[in-house]
Amino acid sequence: MNPAVAIIGFAQAPCRPSAGTTSGVETLVPLFHQALSAARLDRREVDFWCSGSSDYLAGRAFSFVSAIDAIGAYPPICESHVEMDAAWAFYEAYVKILAGEAETALVYGFGKSSAGLLRRVLALQLDPYVAAPLWPDSVSVAALQARLAIDAGLVTEEAMAEVAARSQADASTNPYAQVSGQLTVDDLVATPYVADPLRAHDCAPVSDGAAALVLAAGERARRHREQPAWISGVAHRVDPQGLGERDLTTVPSATAAAEAVSLPADLDVAELHAPFTHQELLLRTALGLGDRVRINPSGGALCGNPMFSAGLARIGAAAEQVMSGQARRAAGHATSGPALQQNLICLLEARS
Amino acid sequence: MRRAAVLGTGQTQHQTRRTDVSMAGLCREAIDRALADAGVDWPQIDAVVLGKAPDLFEGVMMPELFLADALGAAGRPLLRVHTAGSVGGATGVVATSLVRAGVHQRVLAVAFEKQSESNAMWALSIQPPFTAPIGAGAGGYFAPHVRAYIRRSNAPEHVGAMVAVKDRRNGALNPNAHLRQPEITLESVQASPMLWDPIRYDETCPSSDGACAMVIGDQAAAEASERPVAWIRATAMRTEPTYFAGKDHVNPRAGAEAAQALWQAAGITDPLAEVDVAEIYVPFSWFEPMWLENLGFAEAGHGWKLTESGETQIGGRLPVNPSGGVLCSNPIGASGMLRFAEAARQVMGRAGEHQVAGAKTALGHAYGGGSQFFSMWVVSDTAGR
Amino acid sequence: MDTASAPPLAAPLDIAFDYTRSLGPVLGRFMTGLRDRRVLGARTADGRVHVPPLEYDPATHAPVTELVPVPPTGTVTSWTWTDQPLDGQPLDRPFGWALIRLDGADTALLHAVDAGTRESMRTGMRVRIRWAAERSGHIRDIACFEPDPGPPRASGSATGGDPATASDLDTSGDPDTSNGAGTSGDLSTSGELVTGITTPIRLSYTHTTSAEESRYLHALSEGRLLGQRCPACRKVYVPPRVCPADGVPTEEEVPVHDHGTVTTFCVVNVPFAGQRLDPPYVVAQVLLDGADIPIPHLILGAAGEVRMGMRVAAVWRDPATWSTTPENIAHFRPTGEPDAPYESYQEHL
Repeated sequence: MNPAVAIIGFAQAPCRPSAGTTSGVETLVPLFHQALSAARLDRREVDFWCSGSSDYLAGRAFSFVSAIDAIGAYPPICESHVEMDAAWAFYEAYVKILAGEAETALVYGFGKSSAGLLRRVLALQLDPYVAAPLWPDSVSVAALQARLAIDAGLVTEEAMAEVAARSQADASTNPYAQVSGQLTVDDLVATPYVADPLRAHDCAPVSDGAAALVLAAGERARRHREQPAWISGVAHRVDPQGLGERDLTTVPSATAAAEAVSLPADLDVAELHAPFTHQELLLRTALGLGDRVRINPSGGALCGNPMFSAGLARIGAAAEQVMSGQARRAAGHATSGPALQQNLICLLEARS
Repeated sequence: MRRAAVLGTGQTQHQTRRTDVSMAGLCREAIDRALADAGVDWPQIDAVVLGKAPDLFEGVMMPELFLADALGAAGRPLLRVHTAGSVGGATGVVATSLVRAGVHQRVLAVAFEKQSESNAMWALSIQPPFTAPIGAGAGGYFAPHVRAYIRRSNAPEHVGAMVAVKDRRNGALNPNAHLRQPEITLESVQASPMLWDPIRYDETCPSSDGACAMVIGDQAAAEASERPVAWIRATAMRTEPTYFAGKDHVNPRAGAEAAQALWQAAGITDPLAEVDVAEIYVPFSWFEPMWLENLGFAEAGHGWKLTESGETQIGGRLPVNPSGGVLCSNPIGASGMLRFAEAARQVMGRAGEHQVAGAKTALGHAYGGGSQFFSMWVVSDTAGR
Repeated sequence: MDTASAPPLAAPLDIAFDYTRSLGPVLGRFMTGLRDRRVLGARTADGRVHVPPLEYDPATHAPVTELVPVPPTGTVTSWTWTDQPLDGQPLDRPFGWALIRLDGADTALLHAVDAGTRESMRTGMRVRIRWAAERSGHIRDIACFEPDPGPPRASGSATGGDPATASDLDTSGDPDTSNGAGTSGDLSTSGELVTGITTPIRLSYTHTTSAEESRYLHALSEGRLLGQRCPACRKVYVPPRVCPADGVPTEEEVPVHDHGTVTTFCVVNVPFAGQRLDPPYVVAQVLLDGADIPIPHLILGAAGEVRMGMRVAAVWRDPATWSTTPENIAHFRPTGEPDAPYESYQEHL
């Protein structure tokens, strides 16, 4: 009864320590053009636009409103916005198409993470009564999770460094990555802690950036793209926030989302949104990904983490693997909130 | 397309400061009432969609994250919508799509604003560098457009005051309303201070703490309901930029096109004849006649005549805002959902003292930003064609 | 100056507000307890004790009603170390962040540990609350935790709130009893219930303009107004920007006159938070000659006379004070020319 839905275009801005305007408009204009060109679609043919961003990145109420200027939204358009990573805007657009309320959609996420002190700004995501007034920064919060995982024997500092080394090596062929390099685990574990047990290589850089992705239903997708990345499932869940309330070494929301899309263990590729090395390791377990699965060939969020578009970019990177014929089945994952609180999984496949 | 219906609604007691509750408590007051109204228990809720206006109002970045557990969202899908003042409506539309897509059977939609945590005018007046310091405040943004409407339509000056009198008296019938003023008169409104000329004090919305919630279900859930439901006949959303050359601030094209799409999808050809009651987002009194035109209830330039002739009162041809509307209660993020929920209550026959007799088809409407984001729905007491 | 090659401008944007949070029954009692140097946990239907408290039972969704006291001592379940504290954090010298399970609680509280050195921190370490000297009913009434030299206790089991643990409440040796308020062993609440807290939020951002906006600002610093003609719709925008109707960037920049027509306006009589001018004042939409979109600005020198269609001109500040800001134009004044006909600006309302 529901139409098949596919990703038919993706574009991203290079991740940079500081780039673009606070409004994002100038970054988005060429991005829309690239994503639509890849999908061979005119902007007037987009039935539904949906974006993800946060007012607290720009320090202004309604900061997403001016980004609409980049669309050229006159005559008026069908449009919506989530105050979340744009991966959830992708979900809203996907549902719109499933419901038959749109046939095509463009989803975008943007944010100038460098405008404020990001790890301090993110303290405002914590409980405003008992946690945020202490201003625990996001890196320290992640470190508390990493320590629990180490103490539980689930990860080691060496295994975390291996994730960083692999990611940075993979990122050296990704022109959109912010950091890359050939590193050894021995060298990495010899570097000082930034927030014990996390070292610099364990933490994603602060990145400015944006991403845009084009979706279409059934026939429309086939017409516009030789090899669309067909969506065989999208699911997301949220866990309670309390950092001392839940078991931070497991990710029940990711596990439940994976079960909801029947995520197979033998994917070709998984693009995981893990802003910290230990989080990739926890996610692999939570998602039940086997050793054969190629993780983050793009280098992942560890090599470029533009807030509010990095999750969408994981889905886009997974889709590109399918659209280019490099993978038959790929998954994109997005996370939101402190210590992997909220998680989304999108399963993509090639169909002949 | 699959059908969806409102199974139940709930809202808080709205007031300037709800110092007796936390943010979770405020939301739960509305949610618990909606679940009870729908006759639905927690295990039956498949997903939660939360709508709220700027995070700077509460000083919490993405508050749905810390609220997840209290909202009953833990372990479930949770979406956070933000489309400026239209967000309460947009939240209802997103929840409806989730049901219509067949993804979920019952979705809990929640919208709230706890404006007393800060000061909305402060949050909206933050001026970025390199701009001229000529802030005029929320009313100051809209007052010039009201002036333009009056000039364009030649509406008599007292029409704005008439809307204020009607809505505040309607609000007196609504136990949840923030402002309840049964004694208000045309003279008292016209004697109230001129804040943003031509907008007077009594013609402006209050700043409220409040929340609203709705349970939206699929056809099976609606048919299983022991109480009347509000069938969602159509939804529509449209957006245009804040400013562009040739923008019509009085009769924005995005609103007009949303309405056209809405009526068409609902199979309504003559809205004034076919709609029994309308809950329209009217934060300043003059927006009633402006939106009556924008929505197609009246020809351009003639909306004020419906108001002036009393047709928008309870008992008139098209009662507008029998709940008292935004002029009586304005928790910004929830205001749009309150319009949607009040429309549903009318066709479910559960609007209490402000029930419009025999209401079968109702409009819920919200707008936001610089008259640029529009969301609306039509609900009926029957599923329709 | 060659404005075409001017780099994008950036400037600080600081936001600050003291948020006032109402607490409701559970958090209100919790904060009242902190003020009185007592920690209360929330007991859920399964018997578990949650510190910090939950307002709603995660399993039953029912409001939590039972609060039970727990001692001010506990065990670190996880930790990290901060060498350079950030603004607003509990300590201004290096400290540890920790998840701390208070004795008798089943969940952990996030707070700071004043351990002196990283080497003193470890999972399983015993800590106790150091109370703030001044307490108002706020999470910061706990100044921080400090290493507890006392003997280790059995930890973890759901014994919190058991009447037996009330006797474990710390009543002696607390270094901070200087103000003579009731000791932490005093189970009665001294004073009124805390119903709200104040949380200052101060954030600093760097606001960055686009290249077009920067060129506009540089032109302003030379007393010129710059617009852009959209290559698609040919409309002239001031300031220059991506055309919001067509979504295409600026190509052609055009000078715009500093005279114009009031399309519509309002008189601001009301003071409001964040306001930068004293009311009353007139804010008008001014359609500059040569532009296709009005800009908002002040009209002075025409008290009570401002009307739709009025012709106005920019009043520039002293050129010696000009910089890259729209504030170089102080306001607009009436020119005395005949009013523009309604038809000439009705498309701009």
